[in-house]
Amino acid sequence: MSATMTDAAPTNHSAARLASPRRDLSWTAAPLVGLLGLAAFWVFPEDLGLMTRIAAAALYVLSLDLVLGYCGIATLGQAAMFGTGAYAAGIAAVHLVNDPLILLVIGGVAGGAIALATGALILHARGLTLLMLTIAVTQIVQEVANKARDWTGGSDGLSGVDPAPVFGLFRFDMVGRTSYLFALAVLVVGMLVARRIVRSPFGLACRGVKEDPVRVAALGGSPRAYLVTMYAVAGMFAGVAGALTAVSSGIVGLDSVSFSWSAEALVMLVLGGTGRLYGAVIGTVAFMAAHHILAATDPFHWMAFIGLFLMGVVLFLPGGIAAGLERLRDRLTGTKSGSAPGGRA
Amino acid sequence: METLFGIAVDGVAYGMILFIISVGLSVTLGLMRVVNLAHGAFAMVGGYVASYAAQTFGLPYAGALVVAVLLTVLATLPLETLLYRRIYGHANELSQVLLTIGLTFVIVASVNYLFGPSLKRIPLPELLQGTVALGPKSIPTHRAFVIVAGAVTLLGLWWLLERTDFGIRLRAAVDDPAMAAALGIRTERLYMATFALGTGLAALGGVLGAELLPLEPYYAIRYIVLFLAVVAVGGAGSVFGSAAAALALGVTDTAGKYLIPNFGEFFFYAALILILFRWPQGFFKGKTA
Repeated sequence: MSATMTDAAPTNHSAARLASPRRDLSWTAAPLVGLLGLAAFWVFPEDLGLMTRIAAAALYVLSLDLVLGYCGIATLGQAAMFGTGAYAAGIAAVHLVNDPLILLVIGGVAGGAIALATGALILHARGLTLLMLTIAVTQIVQEVANKARDWTGGSDGLSGVDPAPVFGLFRFDMVGRTSYLFALAVLVVGMLVARRIVRSPFGLACRGVKEDPVRVAALGGSPRAYLVTMYAVAGMFAGVAGALTAVSSGIVGLDSVSFSWSAEALVMLVLGGTGRLYGAVIGTVAFMAAHHILAATDPFHWMAFIGLFLMGVVLFLPGGIAAGLERLRDRLTGTKSGSAPGGRA
Repeated sequence: METLFGIAVDGVAYGMILFIISVGLSVTLGLMRVVNLAHGAFAMVGGYVASYAAQTFGLPYAGALVVAVLLTVLATLPLETLLYRRIYGHANELSQVLLTIGLTFVIVASVNYLFGPSLKRIPLPELLQGTVALGPKSIPTHRAFVIVAGAVTLLGLWWLLERTDFGIRLRAAVDDPAMAAALGIRTERLYMATFALGTGLAALGGVLGAELLPLEPYYAIRYIVLFLAVVAVGGAGSVFGSAAAALALGVTDTAGKYLIPNFGEFFFYAALILILFRWPQGFFKGKTA
């Protein structure tokens, strides 16, 4: 608190400080991602495949942010929802429909359903027990996908996803232009919807549960119900991301339900910064671009790099890249840091 | 009948290895409240050191075992001071997971760089090859050795935690770190000693279990979920809980693989979910030994 502050209105002053330490520019995140994504479309026409994967992965990491950043649920099982969505969309595409938007809806519903079912079962636990339960759910989903060979192709993967043109107008071409623009559009819409959700009374209640579940219960809310609902909502996002991957790449593999894909989501989110939504996008772009460059030479170089990077972030840059950027901006503009660790969206 | 006997022997031996490695994790988790995902990497380092000592310097099995445990403890102690001390406590769960995943990746990459990606073996001495007769049945000597080693570890830990001054201080610090410190227990040293105990057990298990959990660079990532499962089921900080959980999960996993090999890990994880659903805090929460 500054020394010039009058004693008469301390609460007003601090409230004003908290509300707007600077202009809230977080609404620019989604349009900015759209614009930068379009710019990348012309700057890197050779890397459309990679950029499509990044856009779909960013949506997936965003779904983890809803759970981890806004509810405080540490999970290593987000891939269960992603993979379920991907397989649901893939199987539907092979046997039933091939309209890409309907496939996304199917993926979202499947991801949300599995999240709702498992979340209601496991979200009573906390800490290590919860981590183990989320891992176990993912492993079982993977095992089922592996066994249901007739439907999923097992370890060979599910291929033959051949989506119809978007809105009946834009064909999925060989170069991947349509895929990329479609994925980018879905990501931007996903960011807008997610922002709307976390700023709604429900989203605020979830943040309340994260801060202090006992107080939320005392105020008449049901912490468990909020958590399960948000888990299901995040599951829908992850399912859509999985469906998006299936539609844009045409294949679904067992690695989309793997433990390592869950762990990678966590790594990407924490690199970018939790509780911010755009942190998920920053982290995904940084992680996957670095992976693309380094893993090309030797996967173990990549592991050493990402391992050191992770340790560095935890020790020296808590809050991830986004928090680091905010601090840098604060230093450049001379504002005193008011960056809330709970995050703003 | 023959199959049942095989499942029992292999399952118990497997469970004992899981116990030796996981109990180290359980003790550090119970005291320092740190979810140490690098624990599997420590076990792997122990195995690699033993393999290198035995293959390159021709050390006998017992010598390689001792060298591996000592070197692993020496190599990881600085990590406690430099890294782990910053992330002790309940509030840091996410930082713990990330920091130790990062550490695991670095160890995996280093091990691959130093020893190469191929499978490493620790040659067994003559004494441990062959079989021992057990009434009408006979079991592989190595399995019997592992089972005995697990039982000895269990008894030793029980004695250490229940009957020694160190154990009393440790249990006091688990129950109430602030109060223990106020009573003059030097918790920092205690943490260091416990960390050393934990990594020592990891290395021991890594060497003894090299026949069952083969040594390769991805060991650290492949088996850590198993070890964490044992700790979650057994209850953090409980020695007998870890033993019970390790044996239960070891036998379940082995039985699943023997009887219904097509379903791989399915039964293991199904059992895990059922147990954690019924006992969210693990079998023996709140009891140190």
